[in-house]
Amino acid sequence: MTLPDGTADVVIIGAGVVGTAIARTLAAYSLDLVLVDAACDVGTGTSKANTAILHTGFDAKPGSLEGRLLSRGSGLLRSYASAARIPVERTGALLVAWTPDQVAALPGIEANARRNGYLAMRPLAAAELYAREPALGPGALGGLEIPDESIICPWTTPLAFATEAVAAGVRLVLSAQVTGVAAAADGSWELATTRGPVRCRWVVNAAGLGGDEVDRLFGGGGFTVRPRRGELIVFDKLARSLLRSILLPVPTARTKGVLVAPTVYGNVLLGPTAEDVPDRSDTATTAAGLRSLLAAGRRILPGLAEEEVTSTYAGLRAATEHSDYQIRVDAARRYACAGGIRSTGLSASLGIAEHVAGLLGEAGLELKPRPGFAASPPVMPYIGEAGTRPYQDAVAIAADPAYGLVVCHCERVTRGEIRDALASRVPPADLGGLRRRTRAGNGRCQGFYCGAAVSRLLVGGGAP
Amino acid sequence: MSPGVVVVGAGPAGLSAAAELRRLGVAPVLVADREAEAGGVPRHSWHTGYGLRDLRRVMTGPAYARSLVSAALAAGAELRTGTTVTGWTTGPDGSHAVTMTSPSGPETVEAAAVLLATGCRERPRTARLVPGDRPTGVMTTGELQQRVYPGGERLAGRALVVGAEHVSFSAAMTLAHAGADVVALVTEYERQQSYAAFRFGAAVRWRVPVWTSSLVRRVVGRGRLEGVEVADARTGATRFVPCEVVVFTGDWIPDHELARLAGLTMDRGTRGPAVDTTLATSVPGVFAAGNLVHAAETADVAALSGRHAARHVAAGLEGEHERGLGGGPGARAPAPLPVLVEPPLRWISPNVIGSAAPPPLDRFVLRSAGFRRGARLEVRQDGRLLARSRQARLIPGRPVHLGAAWLARADPAGGPIRVITGLAAGRHGTGLCWPPLPSPRDRAQDHPGPEPENDQVDDHLPGDHQPGHGGDRGDVTEPDGGEHGDGEVQRVGVIQRLAEAAGRVGGQHQIGTGEQQQEQRDGDGQGLQCPQPRVA
Repeated sequence: MTLPDGTADVVIIGAGVVGTAIARTLAAYSLDLVLVDAACDVGTGTSKANTAILHTGFDAKPGSLEGRLLSRGSGLLRSYASAARIPVERTGALLVAWTPDQVAALPGIEANARRNGYLAMRPLAAAELYAREPALGPGALGGLEIPDESIICPWTTPLAFATEAVAAGVRLVLSAQVTGVAAAADGSWELATTRGPVRCRWVVNAAGLGGDEVDRLFGGGGFTVRPRRGELIVFDKLARSLLRSILLPVPTARTKGVLVAPTVYGNVLLGPTAEDVPDRSDTATTAAGLRSLLAAGRRILPGLAEEEVTSTYAGLRAATEHSDYQIRVDAARRYACAGGIRSTGLSASLGIAEHVAGLLGEAGLELKPRPGFAASPPVMPYIGEAGTRPYQDAVAIAADPAYGLVVCHCERVTRGEIRDALASRVPPADLGGLRRRTRAGNGRCQGFYCGAAVSRLLVGGGAP
Repeated sequence: MSPGVVVVGAGPAGLSAAAELRRLGVAPVLVADREAEAGGVPRHSWHTGYGLRDLRRVMTGPAYARSLVSAALAAGAELRTGTTVTGWTTGPDGSHAVTMTSPSGPETVEAAAVLLATGCRERPRTARLVPGDRPTGVMTTGELQQRVYPGGERLAGRALVVGAEHVSFSAAMTLAHAGADVVALVTEYERQQSYAAFRFGAAVRWRVPVWTSSLVRRVVGRGRLEGVEVADARTGATRFVPCEVVVFTGDWIPDHELARLAGLTMDRGTRGPAVDTTLATSVPGVFAAGNLVHAAETADVAALSGRHAARHVAAGLEGEHERGLGGGPGARAPAPLPVLVEPPLRWISPNVIGSAAPPPLDRFVLRSAGFRRGARLEVRQDGRLLARSRQARLIPGRPVHLGAAWLARADPAGGPIRVITGLAAGRHGTGLCWPPLPSPRDRAQDHPGPEPENDQVDDHLPGDHQPGHGGDRGDVTEPDGGEHGDGEVQRVGVIQRLAEAAGRVGGQHQIGTGEQQQEQRDGDGQGLQCPQPRVA
């Protein structure tokens, strides 16, 4: 979509999970909205490469904005996900203490959770841990059970938000990097982007890793993004039977530590590392990072050492010098900033969006319900393992045999799903985009069997 | 219809098994393959050399695939392509219910026996834990071949091939065919591991250097590949090599998902299901053949493995049982004996002894993780020496064969069989091993044994790309050359093969008749190792 000629009510900069959530939340009101992103797809930054966990927020700092929005947002996302068919599995988490010091820290963690309003946590003795997770490595001394921690599809989530927003009339403009801003004579903003100028009355900065740079354009400068890289290893689906829950370490001040978690695609995830990097686009994995993860994985779940690695990746968290979110609205400038969303943005996204919308309303943005608008999450193509996929669905295949023709064998993605993704409201621009919508090419063979065929389908718009 | 046999996978092993099952009167025989077209990996391999051992003639991969498909169909097997087998359950009566999905919908097929022939694939860059960026332009040979041959894709720019075994040279040729400029083959080993004639062809035609003792340490490129960092394995020094394509070759792993999901006992060496010499798995009525049990052998060896399994599947359906170990009649061994290998050996297939039945081609196939010269394979049970082979060279990625005569000497009530690498007398100083071996997970005691008894080892030469060695089974014994260098060791064979390679390059191959020559003429102009695709 191209940039509009007239003056929009709001331009949201950044189509990650936070920006898309804000867009779909504001779409409930009678507003002319534009959502821009520098990348060629939604959800390509921190949103696409993370631990894919729907946190309860039990470990947040009590009283912090992050804690509040996390608690609110994760509840909202749970209901949204079930309506939108975003894959979510409530696996629960076990927080495992391996040293006496860590055991001593458990009561504090439990008390912290209670202060955050999370009351379902309960302590587990070592024997209970091993009863729950027989493949857990030796030496666990005790732990805590957090029954509501869940795993979620981080790709479908921003796609669902964007799909809902676009369906409600939000103009999504991709490959448009904001390069400058000027105040026009009538008081509106004129943003310069790599795809041309766009005028608007209000600006929302949800630019993630570039959030501080955008903030400075609007005279902010209250925070600096210090990208913290997290490397992760995805193990083969055949490792999935090694564990039932998310296995968390006892967190430190700096990081939540290396966890082992199932994924909604049926794999096992090991990570992340935490390393401050100067380059905001440096999502390379490193030999040292992967080595340290494998060592940690061997201790936590020794069976992983026997399993094949399917994939490795790294994501950047938009950490700042502040421990809390940097969310504020400048009414005079008609500018809102949702920055410093460090590593909980996926879980908190709908809470953040609701909060930002509220702040905008208080600051003078007229939030008049859109006539005839009924909030209805889109029904997304289901790409999780817990539910029925098209290749398993006799009714779907009977109606359309393309759902019975598997193209990507490792992930069992059918030609029908690829065709649908290419024809969707927010279509993929490249193979990565197609992978995030269908899982095609994400499996253990990494394209050995289907790479050429999937590329041809992408180029041909789904035609064989 | 009464339950018959379901064969999973329509590659060389599955198709050959299906044809053999039908020939033996088994019905019905259903072959399911998830690809749109039957034939397996050879479909995408346009060079010649297929079919030597099983069909006794050589042809290109696609022609070979077509010929196997025709044979299976002519024999009366039912072929279902575009059909993914998703699993099966075994009932209390030992029958199997195989679930599959296709454009006609999910379906369950009853089977008296299941034969898994799901093949193998190359480990991708991610599984090899090569760090760095995740740009496009990084692929395996499997993807490359499908892009270039059926896809007709051109690949301009510089390309690097990771690996220097047989398939790596094949990837280099495919890249050259696609228009890429192959910078080098990179191997962590101190030598390449392909066969003389094959690499000679590559060297002469495309002058591709092999960088030995080198490792790809990092992939660089945001979006598109910019190059890779190559490290010297001895000094650790790294350099940046600009390239637009990098192909990760070899490093095979069986496609064992169905085997594992069904709970078959797996072999830690091959990473396929554990199979006995009849290619029976740990679950009665379930067999496995081809590169699922030995990743990766040439297509004709996989085909013969399928045929071998088919005979035992048929015999099992007839209620016949293999003779027990030690030559005794009747029942099977009290408990199957595992066959274990020790480093530098990586795996052996078959890897269970359940009866005195001979393995496919009357031999066991092994792989080594390191180079060894003058190695003698010793077969021991509880310290007792059952057999010792002639001297052989061990080369990573290449098969070593071990005869099966010792099976009769195995004690069915004894401990596991161990195959270890000894060195010939006086040769201890020259046993090479590169890179340094990892410490074995369960190194066994080195028991003293009785006087050695010679047994055969054939350091086999490929049928796949070496037409012209039309022995009974295509095996050519390649004895180790004692103190001589590689060149001298292989002298006789090499001269003959160089002549063939030259003949192929010039399009004047002399061997074979009929379809094979047709294929070769079709390939003229490009050299027969890289023929133009025939109009399908």
